[in-house]
Amino acid sequence: MFHRESGVFKTSYAADMALYPLPIAKWAVAAIAGLFVVILPLTLGEYYVSILDLILIAIVGALGLNILVGYTGQISIGHGAFMSVGAYTAANLVIHLDAPFWVTVPAGGLMAALIGAIVGIPSLRIKGIYLAIATLAAQLIIEWTINHVPAISGGVQASIQVPRPTFFGTQLKTQTQLYLFLMAFAVLAIIGTSNLVRSRIGRAFIAVRDQDIAAEIIGISIFRYKLWAFAISSFYAGVTGVLYTYYLGIANYEQFQINVSIDYLAMIIIGGLGSVLGSIFGAIFVTLLPILTRWFLESFGGLIFSQADLANIIPNLRLILFGGLIIFFLVVEPEGLNRLWRNIRNYFRVWPFSY
Amino acid sequence: MKNLSTIVTASAALCIAGSAWTQQKEVMIGAQCDRTGPTQIVGVVICPAQQDYMDLINSKGGIEGYKINYNELDNEYKVPPAVEEYERQKGAGAVSLMIYGTPQTQALNQKLQEDKIPGTSPGFGISASADGGRFPYLFPVAATYWSQGAAAIQFIKDKSGGSLKGKKIAYVFYDNPAGHEPLPILEDLQKAEGFELRSFAVPPPGVEMGAQVLDITQRYHPDFVIDHLFGRSPSVAIKEYKRAGYPLSKVLGLVWASAEADIQAAGGWQVAEGYHTLQFAGAGDDYPIRQEIKAMYKAQSKEPPKAMDDTVVYNRGILNAAVHVEAIRNAIKATGGQKPTGAEVKKGFEQIHEFTLGGLVPPLQITAEDHEGGGWVQIFQAHDGKFVKETDWFRGYPDVVAAAVKKAE
Repeated sequence: MFHRESGVFKTSYAADMALYPLPIAKWAVAAIAGLFVVILPLTLGEYYVSILDLILIAIVGALGLNILVGYTGQISIGHGAFMSVGAYTAANLVIHLDAPFWVTVPAGGLMAALIGAIVGIPSLRIKGIYLAIATLAAQLIIEWTINHVPAISGGVQASIQVPRPTFFGTQLKTQTQLYLFLMAFAVLAIIGTSNLVRSRIGRAFIAVRDQDIAAEIIGISIFRYKLWAFAISSFYAGVTGVLYTYYLGIANYEQFQINVSIDYLAMIIIGGLGSVLGSIFGAIFVTLLPILTRWFLESFGGLIFSQADLANIIPNLRLILFGGLIIFFLVVEPEGLNRLWRNIRNYFRVWPFSY
Repeated sequence: MKNLSTIVTASAALCIAGSAWTQQKEVMIGAQCDRTGPTQIVGVVICPAQQDYMDLINSKGGIEGYKINYNELDNEYKVPPAVEEYERQKGAGAVSLMIYGTPQTQALNQKLQEDKIPGTSPGFGISASADGGRFPYLFPVAATYWSQGAAAIQFIKDKSGGSLKGKKIAYVFYDNPAGHEPLPILEDLQKAEGFELRSFAVPPPGVEMGAQVLDITQRYHPDFVIDHLFGRSPSVAIKEYKRAGYPLSKVLGLVWASAEADIQAAGGWQVAEGYHTLQFAGAGDDYPIRQEIKAMYKAQSKEPPKAMDDTVVYNRGILNAAVHVEAIRNAIKATGGQKPTGAEVKKGFEQIHEFTLGGLVPPLQITAEDHEGGGWVQIFQAHDGKFVKETDWFRGYPDVVAAAVKKAE
């Protein structure tokens, strides 16, 4: 990650495909893991850990959406609804069967995968903006169903209280405990996605994205792989929904409305389509940017405005700044933050002998 | 050298003395209030109202010598930012929290309990949270949707001469959980009172209701309509009732369909003449507290804010802020002048009795069991360019609502 190779010495396909091209890459990843798993939760205050928690949940969802949009080239504006499918599946399992988290998390994911695969069927016939509308319809249908079927929603409030997960008898209550819980799933999602895109399935996804007719001619079943992409992507979304449910202690469909789908699309577009690191960057960026802009305005706004005016100005200016920064970053690098990061790396790889 | 050390000690002593002197006793109230996002139509009025009330209390010396550190954050009606802001305000030492929005209330409920910080959700949130035993740290403080629905039926019953037998009532609601919430109460009352009830779901955002209103007024012919709508839809509904020739004196809007802004958006007061609105805080300008706030602005030689003209929503902001201040006042008194903790402020909330703020706040009776304070409402009618009070504070079918709260366990 932070290393600079002196040349290309790869002699086999295995070496070319390795996740860690050099031992130092492995150490760098281990050091980062140590930083995030041990040092940060021990040193940061509860508030900062709670921000990291939200980022971790967003990472899982962004990775899932990126498999569909970035790697397979299909589009979905229904991911918020897939999250709610996972959330309500888990919540019902918890309150009716008292299921532990290691049952509810995969169950929520699988249920979302099933629904996602069904919603993905139109993708076999329609593409691009038309598919976006089809998935938008799915978002609205799922929202409506949850809102009107008490067997799913648990009553007119459409919300189900869920106790925090227990791990070997201890209930995970503090932000730090929940952080480690969420971290485990985020790491699984990151490893899972990095390996998925190197596998036969991942290469098929990329082939479908780049030119689906060509992919079909070389023997890739479009039908199968498009549905796989929807299913896997929705699985991640379902897991995200379950994690939200555990983190907040409640499943509520108003947490998974269309703006959530749009937020996640924003994450992967800003972060970089078709890259694991890009999804992570996007999740961090979209979660942190409003917080940072507010912090910035609170720190320096007092120099210009009075305190009462500031209460009115901050939320509005924050929206403008948020939109402006997104445009700025996309203009600077249309391929997202991941490309920006690669450009920086490539620059330093040959530095100071760039010519 | 000796001189230098003297200077150092002297300045150090000064610093310590200075910091001790400037260390004003402070108590922090955390508020989430959305001036942006889908509910900004309410937020741009209610947030300044809360801020104004806090400023007023601070200008009069704070609460029992404690200055209020009022921190307002905006979450655009999204849940994850609400959680982040809650953690921030908790970390900064907030002893009570103003929640904003129903999904946010549900998401924060469990955290409030774990951290022992009382939160208020006036006019929204979870109806069952009137039960202080099950929701120890959540205070609706104003009439919940259940109480609102019951009070609406009570009002219609009184209007139609004490009996509802054979009457037709249309319940027009926004198709979301908040809209669905009064339904069980209305159905219970339908059985008890023997009226006919039909519900009409308005799909959000409810900006096109022409066909639906025709269906209600021309086909169903209700004797009375209850509007439980949000955002832009109340004004659209008023406009359409008028166009269909249905008398607005037979329409009652629940609390989020009852602001001056809705009347203005519907085309003004002459369009909405006769429209009934249900309020959990007094509407209008005739309250001493509003004059005090105006006087505060005058003392700073400033104009009172425009938000004050929307009296319905502004007064709700005052109610919310005043209840917090009162709870903290009770808590400080109980601790004998010590800085209260969240748990002590919770007890302070539960001691709010007969605190009416000159008639703006209903005669709340918040107890450890009843966090709603009774579920009091008032009905106002649109007449001659303003809301005119029609009834005094009253409660509709408190026993039916109490039974529903109990059954929700």
